[in-house]
Amino acid sequence: MASTATPVKPELLRTLPSDGVRQIQWRFADRYDLQMLVQSARAVARGPVARLVAAGGRNSHDWTPAKAELLEAFDKSGITAVFMEPEHGGFIAGPKNLALALVAFELAWVDGGAATGSLAGCLALAPIHERGTVEQQTRYMQLAAPPQPGEDRKPWRGAFCLTEPIPYVGVDTGMLNGKLRIAEWKEGAEPILQVEKRGRFITNIGFANFVTAAVDSGDERIKGSCMVILEEGDPGTFDRGTPTRKLVHQLSSTGDPIFNLRIPASRIVGGYDVKDGVIVPRHSHSEVIEAVFRRTRVTVGVMTAAKLLSAVEPVIRYQRGRFRGAETATPGSVRYELGLQAREDTLHRLVDVWATGEAGAALGFTAARVFDELDPLEREADKILGARGVTSAKARAKLQREAAERAANLLRLPAGHPNKAQLESDPLLRFVLLDSLADVLCPATKLWNTGWGAQMMREAVSLMGGYGITEDCPGFLGNKWMDAQLEATYEGPEAVQRRQLSITMTNPLFRAQFQTWIKEMRGIASDRPGTGACALATAMGMWLWTLERLQVSTDADGGRLYQSARQGVTFPLADALCWLLAARCQILDTIELEKRGADDPAVAEGLPGLVNFMSDLCHVQSARASGEVSRICAELVFGHNRHPAWDEPGYRGCYQQDELDSLEGIIPGIGSYGLDVIGNDGSHPKKAGPCAKCNGAEQFLSLQTKLSTCLTGCRLSKDRAAEAISKLMIPEALDYPA
Amino acid sequence: MTNGYHIVVCGSVVPDPLQTLEPVSTPTGPALKNEMMLPAVLDPWAAHALYEAANLASKVAGSKVWLVSVGPKAKLQQVMMTIAQRVSFELVPVDASASGFADSHSTAALLAEAIQSIPGLDRARLLVFGGWESASRGAGATMQLVGERLGILDQFQGVDQLRVLDDAQPDGSFEVLERIEGGRHQVSVCAGPPALLGWATGNLPEPRNNPQIGMANMRTVMPALQKAKSLPLPAGGLHFLSASPPKQQRQTRVVKDLSPAQIAQEIAEWIGK
Repeated sequence: MASTATPVKPELLRTLPSDGVRQIQWRFADRYDLQMLVQSARAVARGPVARLVAAGGRNSHDWTPAKAELLEAFDKSGITAVFMEPEHGGFIAGPKNLALALVAFELAWVDGGAATGSLAGCLALAPIHERGTVEQQTRYMQLAAPPQPGEDRKPWRGAFCLTEPIPYVGVDTGMLNGKLRIAEWKEGAEPILQVEKRGRFITNIGFANFVTAAVDSGDERIKGSCMVILEEGDPGTFDRGTPTRKLVHQLSSTGDPIFNLRIPASRIVGGYDVKDGVIVPRHSHSEVIEAVFRRTRVTVGVMTAAKLLSAVEPVIRYQRGRFRGAETATPGSVRYELGLQAREDTLHRLVDVWATGEAGAALGFTAARVFDELDPLEREADKILGARGVTSAKARAKLQREAAERAANLLRLPAGHPNKAQLESDPLLRFVLLDSLADVLCPATKLWNTGWGAQMMREAVSLMGGYGITEDCPGFLGNKWMDAQLEATYEGPEAVQRRQLSITMTNPLFRAQFQTWIKEMRGIASDRPGTGACALATAMGMWLWTLERLQVSTDADGGRLYQSARQGVTFPLADALCWLLAARCQILDTIELEKRGADDPAVAEGLPGLVNFMSDLCHVQSARASGEVSRICAELVFGHNRHPAWDEPGYRGCYQQDELDSLEGIIPGIGSYGLDVIGNDGSHPKKAGPCAKCNGAEQFLSLQTKLSTCLTGCRLSKDRAAEAISKLMIPEALDYPA
Repeated sequence: MTNGYHIVVCGSVVPDPLQTLEPVSTPTGPALKNEMMLPAVLDPWAAHALYEAANLASKVAGSKVWLVSVGPKAKLQQVMMTIAQRVSFELVPVDASASGFADSHSTAALLAEAIQSIPGLDRARLLVFGGWESASRGAGATMQLVGERLGILDQFQGVDQLRVLDDAQPDGSFEVLERIEGGRHQVSVCAGPPALLGWATGNLPEPRNNPQIGMANMRTVMPALQKAKSLPLPAGGLHFLSASPPKQQRQTRVVKDLSPAQIAQEIAEWIGK
C-alpha cells in the first residue's frame, strides 16, 4: 500500500485469507497436485485428528488403537505417499520439500503430534532416499508405500534413530552411541554385522517395522561411522522400549528403544567398499544426516507458523463473543457486537500474533521452495563435477569454493551487466548460490519459527484468558503452545541452529546476496512504502555492518569477538538475521499476492483490502524486526567495550573544572558544554563514569538514528490492521471439533 | 443395453455452510456478502448424486460419469481439488453464476445445453443425476426443468436408492426408491435409460480422498476448466422483493423424564405455532 500525502480511508480486509490467497503467496497456484494434497491433508487434520484430540487422545503416552487409526487415514489420503516417487507408489514427481511443508502445515494447524508422526515416517526413509543404493530405495520405498486398490498388504512404517550419547544428546551430532562390529565374514560372502544401539526420544518407534540408525565403528575392520537399516525381524533384540512420558505431541509414538541385531552389510545406507580387508561405508552418518536434516527441519518450522495462523480465527470469535449473554450486552451495543475487540490492546496483540504467523510461514515456505529448486541442481552439479573427473570430497569442495567466489563476484557487478546472466545459465553457479542460501534459510526457519513462534503462541493463549489453558479452548491453543516448545527442541535444538547459522551466515556468497537484498528492499520501499521495506533495508544494512565490524573487533581484553567459542556474540547475531529473513520473505509474499491476485477471480474481489492488510502486517513485522536488530546489534557493537571509569588514570577524556575555567576566557560559554567535568576536589557527576565514546562506530549510530526515524508510520499500520481485524467477517463456527 | 450407462451428474458449488452467509443487495439483484471470497464446496445434494453415479458406474461395466457444473470457473477449480480425488469423472464446466438467487429456468437451460454438447453421449444409455434440491436454493425445480428440456419423460425425485435389476447382464432396467410422506419410499421399476434422477441423500458414505484418482482426473479436469465457456445467466424476469437469512431461535428448557411421545407432541405443537 502506498503512502500518500493526504490520508485516505483504505479498503479493509473482508474475510480470512482463502486457499487461493495462500496458493499465490506460497507459489503453488499452478500446482494442482499440491492443491489436492492440501485438501487431503486438511480433511484428515480437521476430521480424524481433530476428533481424536477433542476426545482426549492426547491424554495418554501410549500408542493406542485410536492413534494407530490415524496412520491408516494418512495412507488413504495420500499423506504417506507424498514422500515417494511415482514409481514407488507416490503421486508427486520431482522434489517434495514444498509438498511436505504443506502437509505439515495442514496437520499442525490442528495437532503438532499428528504432523510429527506423519513426517517421522518420511524422516526414516530420508537417509535411504538421499544416499541409499538403488536396491535399498526400491525395497523400502515400495514396502512403505500404501497399498494400491486391490493390494492386500500392510505398509511398513519407519523410525529414524540418531541419538548421541549422554551428555551430547541434542547438542553434538558428531558423537554417536551406537556401535557396529563384524559378527561374521566368510570368504567370498557378504559380511554379517552386529549392531548395538540405544535410542532416546525416537518417534514412531511404537510401531516401526524398520529403523534407520546412525552407528559408529566398534571394529577396526569397519571405517568411520555410517547409517544402517534395521528390520524388526532381524535376529537379536528389537526392543521398542518404554513410551516417553512427554507432555506434548502425544499423538505421535515416542520411546527409547534398544537394538542388538545381526544384519547383512548390504544394510549400510548407500553401500560400502572393501579396501585392504576393511569395510568402508560410502557415506558417513554425518554426511547422511546433513542431507536429511537440512530438508526436514524446514517442515518443523512451518508447523509452528501454522499454529499461530490457526489461532487467529478462534481468538477473534472469542473476543467478539466475550460479553454476549450478559444483561448489559444487548444486540447492537458495542459490547455485544465487538466484545473485547472494542479495546485496542486485544487487537494490537492479535495483530502481532498474526504478523508473526505470516512471517514464519513466508520464511518456511520460501526455504522449502529453495530446496525444491536445489535438489535437481545438486544432482546436476554432481554430474558436472563427475564429468570433470572430480571424485574426492576435497577436490569437490575446492571446485565449489571457486564457483562460489565467481558467483559472488558476478553478484557484485552492476545491475544489467551482461556477465550476470551466467548466474542463471551456469548450473554450477546456480547451485552454489542456492546452496549458500539453503544453508542459512533452513536453520533460520527452524530457529526463528519455533523459538519466537513458541513465545507468540503464549501470547495467543493469553488472548483467550483463562479459557486458553483449558481443554475446552477452541483450536486447542494451549496444546499448541506446549507443542511449539518441543518443535523448538527436536531435530536440532536452538543452539544447534544458531551454531550452524553463525558459520553459514558469514559465507561471502550469502553476504553478497544479502547485499543485493538490501537494494531490493529499497526498490520495493520506493514502490510500496507501506510495507516497511525501507526500515527493513536499513536494519539489514545495520546487521551487515555489525557482522563485518565484529569479525575484525576485539573485546576490552583483546579477545576476538566473532569466533566459534564466542557464542555470546555469534548467537545473538544469528537471531537478528532470522528476524530480517522472515520479514523480507513476508514482504515478498505480499508483493506476489498483489501482482498475481487479480488473475484469480476468487481472490481479485477483495484484493485491495487484502493487500492493504497484508502490507500493514509486513510493516508491523518489519518494524519489530528492525527494533530487535537494532537492540541486538547495539549490544554487540558497544557491549564488549569497557565503560570509562572515573578512577581511570587521567579521567579519560574529561575536563577538569579549573581547565574549563581557564578556557572560558578564550572560548566564552565552553563551560556549559562540558558534561563530564571533574571538580577541583575530585568530585564527579553522579553516573557510572564518563560517557562512553563511539570511536569507529559513528556509522552505526548514524544507521541507528536513521532506523529510528524509518519506523515512522509503523504504528499507523498497526492501527489499520487492528481496525481491519475488528471488522473482518469470520465463519460461524470453527471447521473442526474442539 | 450392453455397454453400460452414460451418467451425467449436474452439480455445482455452494458456499461452505460454516461461513457467515449474509444476503446483500447488489445492482444485479440479491447476492451473498463476499460470496466469491468464501470457500466453496460441492453442493451436498449434488455430491450424493455424484457418489451414487460413481458407485453405479463401478458396478456396470462400460459405464462412464460426467459432471456438468455451472459455476464460476475459479470456484469450480477450487472445489475440484477435493472432489476430483474422490471418484472418477469427466468434468464439463460452464463458467457462469452459481448464485442461489439465479433463475432455475436459466440454469436448467445452460445445463441442458452443456449435456447435449457432450461428445459421444448416447441418449439410449443416458441417466441424468443431480440433487433433488440444493443447499443454496430449496425449490427443487432445476433438475425437473433439465429433464424437460432434454425430453426425458422418466423422472424420479427424492431418490435414495437405485438398484440395477440384473447385475450379471444388465439390460438397463433398474429399481428406484423415492422418498414419500411418512418416512417411507415409493418403489418404481424403470425399463431403462434415458431417465432423470434427483437424488436425496442416498445411502453411500462420502468416499475418501484418493490422490491417485485425483491425478488421473486432473488430466482432463484442468484442460476442461481452461476451455470452459463463460456464459451469462439471464435473470429470466425473476426479481426478489427481499432476502434475509433464516432467523435463529433458541428456546431451551431443561426437562427430565419426558416420554418420547410427550416430546414429539411438544415439538408438533411448537411447529404449529
